Amino acid sequence: MSRQNDLGIAETHTVTISPPGGLQLECGESLQAVTIAYETYGKLNRDRTNAVLIVHALSGDAHAAGFHHGDRKPGWWNGFIGPGKAFDTDKYFIMCSNILGGCKGSTGPSSIDPSTGKPYGLRFPLISIGDMVHCQKLLVDHFGIERLLSVAGGSMGGMQVLAWLTRYPGQVRSAIPISTAIRHSPQQIAFNEVGRQAIMADIDWKSGDYYEGPPPARGLSVARMVGHITYMSDISMHDKFGRQRKDCIQPFKFDPDFEVEGYLQYHGENFVKRFDANSYLFITKAMDNFDAGRGKPLHHLLRGIDAKVLVLAFKSDWLYPTYQTKEIARACKLAGIEASYCEIDSTYGHDAFLLEIEEETHLITHFLKKVYNGYEVMTDNAGI
Amino acid sequence: MPAYEERLDHSVIASLIEPGSSVLDLGCGTGELLYLLISDRGVHGQGLEIDEHAIYTCVARGLNVYHGDIDSGLSEYPDGSFDYVILNQSLQQLIHVESVMADALRVGKRVIVGFPNFAHYRTRIQLFFHGRAPVTASLPYPWYETPNLHFLSISDFFDFCRHKNIRIERAEYLGDGGRVHKFPNLLAEIGIFVIGGRIETSPGTEEADK
Repeated sequence: MSRQNDLGIAETHTVTISPPGGLQLECGESLQAVTIAYETYGKLNRDRTNAVLIVHALSGDAHAAGFHHGDRKPGWWNGFIGPGKAFDTDKYFIMCSNILGGCKGSTGPSSIDPSTGKPYGLRFPLISIGDMVHCQKLLVDHFGIERLLSVAGGSMGGMQVLAWLTRYPGQVRSAIPISTAIRHSPQQIAFNEVGRQAIMADIDWKSGDYYEGPPPARGLSVARMVGHITYMSDISMHDKFGRQRKDCIQPFKFDPDFEVEGYLQYHGENFVKRFDANSYLFITKAMDNFDAGRGKPLHHLLRGIDAKVLVLAFKSDWLYPTYQTKEIARACKLAGIEASYCEIDSTYGHDAFLLEIEEETHLITHFLKKVYNGYEVMTDNAGI
Repeated sequence: MPAYEERLDHSVIASLIEPGSSVLDLGCGTGELLYLLISDRGVHGQGLEIDEHAIYTCVARGLNVYHGDIDSGLSEYPDGSFDYVILNQSLQQLIHVESVMADALRVGKRVIVGFPNFAHYRTRIQLFFHGRAPVTASLPYPWYETPNLHFLSISDFFDFCRHKNIRIERAEYLGDGGRVHKFPNLLAEIGIFVIGGRIETSPGTEEADK
């Protein structure tokens, strides 16, 4: 996709919302007020029927597309959002917000706790995917949007999509969960736990109270390295690195010899500059605790929902294997709601949902067009 | 298979379907038939297709389609989910014909099956006089690249239905110039059947995944 289709300069805004009685969280605790960082692209139409909410994955943020002032790298889903792209800003009003518990402008463990005047740290309540979606709902209400044209996202974003469908079924006309799961498998929980243990084993973590000193950089960096391995595939690592060695001679025996080691270290160290270790703990825990069916089979919750669903998966994704996305498609079948499922051939592993622009764009473009234009024609008597 | 014949079998199937009914098309390909049924007969359609690129076309047509295998993708549906389940030009490509037919008859109130007739006279001539695996309009593939796993005739299908206690409600035969009314097993290239009833399967398989 050429640069001329990009959005140009984008800006993150914040809004602070204090729901009456505070924001009630699923764990039983509450937050007096919540700050939500968000970006929007395109124009909201007069009837407010063209709004699409993009929901981000574990390490994402509100900056989904366009360029921040002075940045050379665009937002994390820039290939998908812009004029003429899958989420076409000439037609749709695109919103993306940083999740509750995040560290890129929305309320999270690094925010100031009003009762102490210090960052929350581990005093931050144990948030859930449902709580994140609750905050997004507050933002959507803030814009006066009654019903979203679509909610879309991959990985943990896909979990939020499922939470939208089951918690606010009347407020979405369609949903696009990508490379995601109804609930985490033991393997997914295990990888997250390694990441958490790495952070908590770092001497600088100090039970989460590190904000006045150095952050637990080594722990967070290792957590990110483990994450990166799970986002790629055997083939994509072969293609990217092979067994190629770095060309300089290392002064220390266990400095990175292989390209792949250097790559992981570089990304691990870079991640520390932009991410908060406590956010990593809280968010991964929210993912592990998530169950879209809330103890019931998902299709019980989907029954009778008047929304169209497009489920996407990638063949080489072993972190969120296709059997998990198939379960979502199966729940749609059993619930008798209008849905499509496609397993895209890709070698990129879990990262594919960020990289397979052409295939996803084709599917999403046509799907959204149908929902936006053809809705009345096709679904006057929805469901089968 | 030439386009005119595709259209003929599609229009025959469309004529067999009650307007406004619900349809599951197994092996829907690029969704031509499903699209026709939705636009002409106002059906509520759902497709199942194994080929990824065919799925792209289906989605571009605005159809609801699942990417998956017929042999394993049908057991998930509850009983009587659809007014019609269609197996057009896909029966002969299934691995597990009996279990898919049993599931199709369970999931659909009626099943429409369309398949190439292996006993058509041209097929017989090629096999008998030339001694070679037949390649015809309705069986267009050479032996080394055919997706077909089963080669059945119209008479074979009658035997199958009798053996399995399947009720044949209607049969349509298509040949060279259109519909065939006499000697279908010899003159028809394609047989299209509307069938109903249930196939008894071994316990446990039918109610799976409910």
